[in-house]
This record gives sequence, structure tokens and C-alpha cells, in this order.
Amino acid sequence: MKFTLSWLKDHLETEADVHQIAEAMTMAGLEVEEVLDPAAKLAPFTVAKIISAERHPNADRLQVCQVETVDGLKEIVCGAPNARAGLTTIYAPIGAYVPGLGVTLVEKPVRGVVSNGMLCSASELELADESDGIQELPPEIPVGTPVAGLFGAEPVIDFEVTPNRPDWLGVAGIARDLAAASVGKLKHFDIAVVRGAFPSPISVRLEATEMCPVFAGRVIRGVKNGPSPAWLQKRLTAIGLRSINRLVDVTNLIAYDRARPLHVYDVAKLDGAEIVVRAGRAAEEAERLVALDGKTYAADPSVCVVADAGGARAIGLGGVMGGETTGCDDDTTDVFLESAWFDPIVTAQTGRVLGIHSDAQYRFARGVDPVSVTPGLELATRLILDLCGGEPSEIVFVGEPPANPEPFAFDPAYVKRLTGMDLADDRIGTILGQLGFLVQAAPSGQAEPWIVTPPSWRRDVEGRADLVEEVARIEGFDNLPDVALPLVAIPAGGVLNPRQARVRTARRALASLGYAEAVTWSFTKQSTAALFGGGDERLVLENPIAADLDCMRPSALPNLIQAAARNAARGFADAALFEIGPIYLGDGPKDQRTVIAGLVAPHAARHWGGAGEEPLFALKGDLIAVLEEIGAPVASLQLAQGQNRDWWHPGRSARLQLGPKNVMVEFGELHPRILKALDADGPMLAFEIVLDNVPEPRGQKAKGRGPADLSSLMPLTRDFAFVVEDAKPVGDLVRAAAGADKALIVDVRVFDIYRGKGVDDGFKSVALEVVIQPREATLAEAEIEALTAKVVAAVEKQGGKLRA
Amino acid sequence: MTDLATLELELINAIGSAESVAALEEVRVAALGKSGSVSGLLKGMGALSPDERREQGPIINGLRDRVSSAIAARKAELEAAELDARLLAERVDLTLPARPRRKGGVHPTMQVMDEMVAVFAEMGFAVAEGPDIEDDFHNFTALNFPPKHPAREMHDTFFLKPDPETGERKVLRTHTSPVQVRTMMSQKPPIRIIAPGRTFRKDSDATHTPMFHQIEGLVIDRDINMGHLKTTLQTFIARFFELDEVQARFRPHHFPFTEPSAEMDIRCDRSGGKLVFNTGDDWLEILGCGMVHPNVLRNCGIDPDEYQGFAFGMGVDRLAMLKYGVPDLRPMFDADTRWLAHYGFSAFAAPNPASGLS
Repeated sequence: MKFTLSWLKDHLETEADVHQIAEAMTMAGLEVEEVLDPAAKLAPFTVAKIISAERHPNADRLQVCQVETVDGLKEIVCGAPNARAGLTTIYAPIGAYVPGLGVTLVEKPVRGVVSNGMLCSASELELADESDGIQELPPEIPVGTPVAGLFGAEPVIDFEVTPNRPDWLGVAGIARDLAAASVGKLKHFDIAVVRGAFPSPISVRLEATEMCPVFAGRVIRGVKNGPSPAWLQKRLTAIGLRSINRLVDVTNLIAYDRARPLHVYDVAKLDGAEIVVRAGRAAEEAERLVALDGKTYAADPSVCVVADAGGARAIGLGGVMGGETTGCDDDTTDVFLESAWFDPIVTAQTGRVLGIHSDAQYRFARGVDPVSVTPGLELATRLILDLCGGEPSEIVFVGEPPANPEPFAFDPAYVKRLTGMDLADDRIGTILGQLGFLVQAAPSGQAEPWIVTPPSWRRDVEGRADLVEEVARIEGFDNLPDVALPLVAIPAGGVLNPRQARVRTARRALASLGYAEAVTWSFTKQSTAALFGGGDERLVLENPIAADLDCMRPSALPNLIQAAARNAARGFADAALFEIGPIYLGDGPKDQRTVIAGLVAPHAARHWGGAGEEPLFALKGDLIAVLEEIGAPVASLQLAQGQNRDWWHPGRSARLQLGPKNVMVEFGELHPRILKALDADGPMLAFEIVLDNVPEPRGQKAKGRGPADLSSLMPLTRDFAFVVEDAKPVGDLVRAAAGADKALIVDVRVFDIYRGKGVDDGFKSVALEVVIQPREATLAEAEIEALTAKVVAAVEKQGGKLRA
Repeated sequence: MTDLATLELELINAIGSAESVAALEEVRVAALGKSGSVSGLLKGMGALSPDERREQGPIINGLRDRVSSAIAARKAELEAAELDARLLAERVDLTLPARPRRKGGVHPTMQVMDEMVAVFAEMGFAVAEGPDIEDDFHNFTALNFPPKHPAREMHDTFFLKPDPETGERKVLRTHTSPVQVRTMMSQKPPIRIIAPGRTFRKDSDATHTPMFHQIEGLVIDRDINMGHLKTTLQTFIARFFELDEVQARFRPHHFPFTEPSAEMDIRCDRSGGKLVFNTGDDWLEILGCGMVHPNVLRNCGIDPDEYQGFAFGMGVDRLAMLKYGVPDLRPMFDADTRWLAHYGFSAFAAPNPASGLS
């Protein structure tokens, strides 16, 4: 909402300057976005007179002018064809910033002649969109006159109107709040009743009172329309409105002055003598209307339509915009002036559905003061009569305005209770009174001593908290006391629950393992989601921000894959990324999971020391490290291979699970088909831990660790080599060996896998180092041999054959 | 006697000219071995008379001792020389680069989230969470957004497709306030929580992304007023920006779910192209806040005549940008490894009261 200082001063007696007003507005809740002070940018410019103009010695199109300026006689080079001796125009001195050009003038020669300033056009000063040559001013204006004063440019305040305050969409409403905030004194106007000279020849019928409960109007005949007087044009153009003609300008003026939208119909163009307000027709009857913006709109039954021809022809979208067919132009002699009240929700919806916005729609959608129907009509009548002459009819008034806000009980002590601000009851009453609230004493014996009735334009106020806000914002939030929260005991174990604490640990663990944390969208493309087991219609957005972000993600991996591909496209193919975030298995509150996802695009630079660790097993190591950090039961996890879902490489991926029904992690290499579908170059390796499936460690409450088992006896190792079928998982042999004596065997290490000479085709030799920790006494050779035999027996059960 | 002197001289020469431990060992065997020259002399003493033995003994033993220590000294010399030679041969070029390690890091939004949680934890706030996909009730209705009210439009809500059976349209939460609702509905006052998480609005330009992060807070008790709100938030912002104090102002605003509502600004100076707090004439909007609307309390089953309190909410990504000088919002969600390396945080920069927030 924009308004000028002079307009405000029509409603508010004040000495405050525009910046003081802007500050007061902001601190009262009318958040000023911008103070446009055109005078400020025009300050360097003054009126000057060209004494002589001669052709530039070195350029045909330039002239060298001797100019009488506020700084004395100046030689100025000018390229404008209309620069001529005797012309009164605008002078910019060296050092001036020319807003239309975006440059600051410096003294420099133009084709060999130094120009000591510049002669300006209106567009160079941003006073006009385009100009043909330098500004020509009336010759009687004295040299040195500031240009700012000539163009009547005055400061404009632009501020944000919060949706609860439609009354701020009129300058009078702004003035009321500023008066309450002690910026000035509110001027009251009595709106005179204009007596009708004849009954209105146009009648009104309301067929949809839920959309338009009240509609008033009158005919003014014999008006003379045409361009508005300069004051009115200036007032509207100053805030960015276009001046159309007197009749339309009056309606716009009152919309901005009183937050009261009106409409004018050319009576000669109406079909019949009745205006019908009704809902739009059903879709099959397809009702089309060309509105004043020249666009065609289809009015469906959710839209309020104003019609003539006995209700048959739509001539306007109620509360939104009139139709082109009945608009007023310079030939209009008889006008029907409308002042109605359209339902906020209906008007808001019409704006949304039809994509149509207007000053009227904006105001009705937020809620116009229903009591302004008649005063608005009278005020407009007065202005039209003053500007266009004519003779008014009596008012036709149909329907019932919506009820005014109900009074409610209020205890002024509530101000202190809610805000901590200690204000006298008088002060509270005064503020409310200045804002238009009616404050009355409650009948004695009531718990709350006041009865407060909100004014008709404050339909947002419904209870005591609203009143406290009014008082507090006018008194100023600067007066809020400083009160520390009462101290509370902080939970001894910290404020995070175990899951939250695990997320924090996993984040720092992965970062320390060399993975960079990414945060990616919760959405992906539906077809991509489908590749990862998602894409359910229930998780598709009705109004996505982009077609490729239309579905909630079933996995964090597609985003990480695409991120790695983007990095590769930028020339940085080697990436290790992770993300801890949500995935969505359904649309219910319990269908969201938190995953810890990591992705590696292994493109390590070549190194003189040869290749490093195999990336897939490096990733497995990182995964195990993170699981250990978050306290997952790593020792009891089963590794199942060949059962991963189909976005994984079937031979190079596996899952970790407590049982087939409790899968915690899938990891490995991603399927090349999937990578190709996502336009990513492989290989890429990844893991995805579903945190919700990782059981919380038991017995965490006791912080004690139990005694450490630090044997004083040396551990010893024995090496074995077993031949097994190539397809046999080594993990089975390791587990068997470790299980041979759980008390003495503390570790089993795989130190070689051999295929080739000496081992039959289809078999492999697996070399194991078994670490034995004697417990009570050093083991005798016979005991070691017995243990060795147990290991061999256990592994042979798995099909391993001790290699001779 | 000249024989013995000659033998000693020969042996000492041989020891001195032995050029390796092995050559020296040969000399030792030739002199002191079983059939060595000196060993022979020692053996020969058994055939001597007691008088001769008394005379010859010390002389022969002296010879043996001198030869032994000469061998030991030479051996030490030779071993040292051999070690020097071996170590010289073991030289490697340490200008060669080590195998590069990937450097990981924590995303600035998440770092800031951790920082905020740490500061609020000290004030006794617990951390509450809720789902990203919400229903209309928790995201709007319970929070006092009247149906079809323009305030709902301000939120640029993302909707899921309507449920084919019920016609219900789920929304992506536009703020983390539904977590406040869920907390109030499931827990009795006093309540003191923060609700961090992902939030979604259909908005995309230089300063808006369709997904962003919020931390909201809620304090409900019998006597919590706006003075508590003011002090809590001023304390928080000062702690978060690691300033001794913060020059803040509270400016009236409108939110459907609070009454009175305010926005908090910090005094700042942006004239030098750099943001400096607590100086200058400019104000930077930091967060929105207010006293929880009685209708919201009522909708969540809390009696507004008995309990009241405040709520606040702020954009985590934006505050991360402000604190750490991140110029643009959009790269926050682009996972450019160069950007993450530049703006990310060490794994070991976990916020704590001893060494600071980052």
C-alpha cells in the first residue's frame, strides 16, 4: 500500500516529517518497506537558461551551449536537437548523480570541449518514461529554481499491510493508527447526505446473499465525464495509479482514501433497468465476461456475478472487476454508482481461481467495513457532482450488511498479565478509544470490569488477546520489561533423545571419515522415485515447484547420485557425500523415516604409491565405523548378499540385518541401469542406513562399563589355509572359525585369498589367522592342538578343506 | 719374547685392517678360536713349570685381553659403519606427497542447527520433532488460520494429491508449528521445547528455496509473558552470534497463531557491503514471535485462562548465512563439493560451552 505525505495530511494534523512517520508506522505494526522521496534524488537539479548554442567544432550532432545557471555562466556540451538559445531547461552540475542514466557527472572533455555540467531531459531525471530532447520549461521560471519543487514530486510511503488489517488499505485508517500512536491529531469529516432528486431508475435484485449480502447504488444523470483535474491526477499517479477519467478516478480515490471500493456503470450501456447479483453459471453454461482489463474470464458458480438483462448478461465480477461492455468513458452522461459488500472468502477465491487481481478484489478479500456502504456512496456522489455535475437519484439499498463485531468482556489487568507492561487503566482505555473501540463499564459484580465493542472495520478482533495487542503495539514494544525465564533443571542426560543424539554422532563421524555433508530436497521426480521403490500417487505433489521435483523421495540416494553427477559435470568427479534426512514411505505421520545415506563416486587421483584401498571395502569399513559410533549391534548383524532391492548391483551389494524382517542397511555398488537413468557416470557406491530400524543399545542408562578384561598372558596366533568352493562366502568360514571356541578365539583375520596353481578350478584358498587369547594360564601345546583341531572341524563343516 | 711381541703386532694389524664384520670374525677365530694362535699359547701354559707359568701367565693373558678388546672395538666400529651405510641406502624422498585423504565436513545449516540446539539446551529447552507431511489441522486449523483465509495463501503451501478415498489433501508443513501443536496435544504444561526441521513453501528465487529449515520454540506455563519472550530471544540471539549483548527491537506484526505478535530486528550496519551488528541505523529482521493465541491453546486442549506462553520461529539457513557470511541461499542445497568444502565445518567443531559454538 502506497500513499503520499500530503494525502495523509488530509486526515492527520501532524508536524512529523516523512521519516518520523515511517518510523512510527513501523513501530505500530505498519511495516514500512520503502520511503520513496523523489525530491531527494532531484536535489542537485536546478533551472537554467541557454544563452547561446553553437555547433560543436568537432561533432555535427553536438552543440556547445553557454548556459546561465545557479553556478554562473557555464559552457555545456549538449547532444539534444532542441537545445537552442533562449530555452529554459534543467541543469545538472558536475558531481550530480543522474538517476535515469545511473551515472555521476565528471568533468571531462566531449570531443575536445570540456562540458561543465549537463542539460537534462525528463527521463534522465526519471520524471518520464521517455523524452524527446532536453526538458523545455516555461521561460518565466527563474534560473536557479530547484527542479524538485516544479514537478510536485513528494515523498511516497510504501508499507506492508498485514492480512488482518484491511482498514489500513485506506489512508484514513492509517491516520487513525498514527493518531493513536501520538504522531498527530486525527481529522474527522462529516460525510454529508446528498439528497436524491428522483427515484433510482435502476433497481437491484440480490440472488446470492451469501456472496453479496448488501448492495446500494444510485443513478447520477447528466454528468460530464472527461480527464480529471490536475490535483486528482497527481494524487493518483503519485502512488502509481493511472488516471482514467473523472468517474473512474473518483472510485479509485475513495478505494485508497477509505478502503471502500466502488464501481460505476454507464447507464446507457445497461440492458434493462435491473441489476442482478448472483452466482456464476455452471460450467456447461459457460459464462464469459470481458473485464475492464480486456481479458476474458469464465465465471463458474463459485464466482459472484453482477448481471443486467434480467440477470442474463454478466456485466461484472462482483467485488473484483467490472465488464468492458458497461464501463464509463468520456461520452457517459448517466452513471450508476455501486457501493456493495462482497464476501471476503468468495472474493479471495475468485482472485485465486481466475487469477484476477484488482484494488477492489484485494480489499474485499481482506474485508471491507460493511458500515461504509452508504457513507462511501454519499462521498462518491459528492465528488462526482463536484467534478462532473449532474443530478443524483435517491439511493437504492438492498439487503442487510453483515453484523458488527460483538461486544465482549475485558479486564485491563490482562495487558500486564500477557505483556508484563504496567499501564494505567486510563491509558489502556484511551488507546482503545482512539482506535475506535467502544469501552464501557461492565455491570457491577462482573469478573471483568469492562465491556469492549470493536469498531465495524475491525472484524479481526474477537477477544481479549487482540485488545492486548492493540494496546501493546500503540504503547510500543520498546516498553516491554526484561524478564528471564525461570530456571529449570536441565535433564541430567542432556536434552536430546537417543535418536537425535545418534543423528548428531553419525553426522560428525561421517564428516571425520571424509564425507561432505549435503542437504538436498525432500522431493525428486516421480519417475526417479519409482526407480527407488517409491513414486506412489499419494506422495505426488499437486503443485510442484518444478516438474522434476514432484514427488516425495523414497530414498536419499537419487538426490545424492544426481549431486555427484552434477559435480562430475563441473569437473569434480571424485565425490564422497552424505546426507542425514527424511524419506517418505507414505503420507501418514508415522510413514517418515530418517536415513543416514552416504555416496562415493570413486575417482581418486592417481598416486605414485599405486592404488589405495579397494573403494567398495573402504566404504564397507566406513559404514561399519558409523554403525559402531551410533551404537548399532554390529557384532550381531547378519550380512545378506543377493537380496538387495533392484537399484543395487546384484553382485556387488549387500544388506545388514538383524533378521530378514529387520533390514537396517543396504550398501554396495549402485546398479548401472539406475545410474544411466539418472544420467550419472558410474561406478558409484553407497549405503543407506534406516536409523529407525537400528535398535537402541540396551542398558545405556547405566554409565558404568564393567571391568576391563586385560589378560596378562600373550595372545598367540595360528594360521590356516582352507580350500572351499569359489562361491562360498568367506564370512561363513570366519564365523565358523570364530565360533570354534568363543572363550579363547578373540579374532579371525583373513589375510589371503588365492586362486590358481595348486587350487582346483572353481575353488579358492582362504588363509585365516586365528588369534587366541589364553585366559587363566598359558596354553600347553596339546591344548593348542586341540583348539586347532576344533577350528579345522568347524570350518570343514562349512565345506572348507584344510590345505596341506 | 720377541715372538709374542711379533704375534701381538700381527694380530693388531690384522684386526685394524679387517674391512667387514665377517673378516674380523676370521681374525678372531685365527687368534682366539679353538685352535687359534693365542688360544694355543694359553693351552701351552699347562706344560710349563710353576715358575715359568708364574712368569709367562700374566704376559699371555695380557696379550689375550688386548687382542679381545681390540676385536670388540673394531667390531663396534665396523657395525656402526655398516648401519650408516644401510641407513643411507634406505633414504626415501619425503618431498613425495602422501596419499590424499578426502576431507569431509558438516553442512553449515546443520552446524547452525547444532549450535542453536546447544544454546537452547542450556536454557532448558527439549527438542521436539514431527512429520514433514502434515494434515490441514496441524499445519493451519489448530494454529488459528481460518479456512480459506488469505493468511493461508501467504504460505504458498505445497499440497499432495488428494486421497482418492477421502479427498483429503495433505500438505508439506509450511513451518514447524505443527510440532508445537502435537507437543501441546500430547504433553501437559509446563512446556519448553524447540522444534527444528525441514519446512516447505512453493517459492523459488534468489532468497527463497522450496525447502528450508526452521527452528521454532514454545514456552507454556502459568505466568509466562512477553517480557520473558523478549529476554529469552535477546539472550539467544546474542549467544548465537557470540556477542556480549545484542541491540534488538521488537516490532508489532501479525501472525494468526500469536497475539500479540512481533518481529525481532537487530541493529546493524550494511553500508560497507559487510554486515556488522549493534552499530548503524539499519535493522535486520531476525525472527517472528508472539504470545500463543488463546484459540491455539484451546485447539490443543490447553485452557487459556490457566496457561499462556510464547512461541517464536526463525529460518536456520538464513541465520547460517548471516553468521557465516554465506552470500547465496540456493547453493545451500546444491551439494557442490567445492562449496561444501569452503562453507562446511570440521567434524570436531561440535558446539559446546567450553570452546564455543564453532
